[in-house]
Amino acid sequence: MNLKIKYFGLLAEISGCPEEEMEFSKSSVSELMETLFEKYPLLKDKDFQVAQNHEITSQETRITENEIALLPPFSGG
Amino acid sequence: MSRYSRHIVLSEVGQLGQSLLSNAKVLVVGAGGLGCPVLQYLAAAGIGTLGVIDFDVVELSNLQRQILFGTSTIGMNKALAAKNRLEDLNPTIQINAYPEKLTAKNVLVLFDNYDIIVDGSDNFTTRYLVNDASIITHKSVVFGAIYKFEGQVSVFNYQNGPSYRCLFPEPPREGSVANCSEVGVLGVLTGIIGSMQANEVIKMILGFDHVLSGKLLCYSAKTAEITTIKVEKSVKEFEKVYALKDHFTNQYPESSNEYEVREISVEDALNKENVQFIDIRERDEFPQIEVPPNLQIPLGTLVQNLNRLHAEKEYIIFCQSGIRSKVATHLLQELDIPNCYSLQDGALGIMEHLKRTS
Repeated sequence: MNLKIKYFGLLAEISGCPEEEMEFSKSSVSELMETLFEKYPLLKDKDFQVAQNHEITSQETRITENEIALLPPFSGG
Repeated sequence: MSRYSRHIVLSEVGQLGQSLLSNAKVLVVGAGGLGCPVLQYLAAAGIGTLGVIDFDVVELSNLQRQILFGTSTIGMNKALAAKNRLEDLNPTIQINAYPEKLTAKNVLVLFDNYDIIVDGSDNFTTRYLVNDASIITHKSVVFGAIYKFEGQVSVFNYQNGPSYRCLFPEPPREGSVANCSEVGVLGVLTGIIGSMQANEVIKMILGFDHVLSGKLLCYSAKTAEITTIKVEKSVKEFEKVYALKDHFTNQYPESSNEYEVREISVEDALNKENVQFIDIRERDEFPQIEVPPNLQIPLGTLVQNLNRLHAEKEYIIFCQSGIRSKVATHLLQELDIPNCYSLQDGALGIMEHLKRTS
């Protein structure tokens, strides 16, 4: 399926874009992460949550919707 | 009440709403990029009791975004500088300034005195401290955080809603996230995110329906795009915090940023002649100390009372246990009252000594 992946904060600096479209044939969030880590190895060192269709997921969540967001925590104030 | 007429005329606020605001007690953690606009709008709106805690001082590089401060306040403690400015903005409200670091030691007592906590801190240690203490003291937290051109806003621990740990269970690994001083931040962004936080505080006090609980609002100043992510409550994350309750004071590292000031033991202090004791605790703190005779000047009002002190006189500053008095002693030295000592063990130490020697 065709996914739209949005990168927030410093994750967008690693991917080089705030969002991109990607063809994805596997099923779970953890498999999607493997794919993204391969594409952007620096992502592996970062802590973030993954949302699917505006809801936080776990590693086991199946990808059924096409909008994915990668959200890091911000500390600045 | 012409000060609040533009609020009162709104049917959603009215006289009742305005009295809810004036009865509310809100504590703002951090008087930085986010804390400043929060404080300005809440003071202007007539929040009856407004607390601000920050140990840091105003620096030139803050003025690009922390527009509560001016060039004349550079070098002043932020909480005290904020109080001075806010008292001019609205002299009808009570503003409590705490020029100290929020720690596991003072956080529970402090939170207990307020209804709503606003997190405008700039580091994860404080953010998790605020989260955990708010769960233990059953307070809602209006959260805001920023990175360069982006901000996050949410309300946590509100009406049985999720907490910060439900979104991010543990602090990120060291070096995984950079801070403002390393990466920079758009000044206007802090105004936008801080204003959103102030708005949520007012909505909660007025009892509006759509408080930003259970959702994380992500804003980009570059695209003006807002993305809202649903956050579910995780009971496990609350239980994790409750389990830590008894060890709370041991959970976080002590401040490494303590002030270097001259300290004096209770015994040496009481033997000293021609010295004036100053109690810098709040007026309602126990035990009340009558021996030795002392001036009562709460820490938050120290700057205003400076004219009561003399540069050539010796002072012994005490608080409850000898921590806040170090902050006060440091502050007085900065303000050209050089002959000050911070009393080790504070009021509790005096009581102990008097009991032993009577």
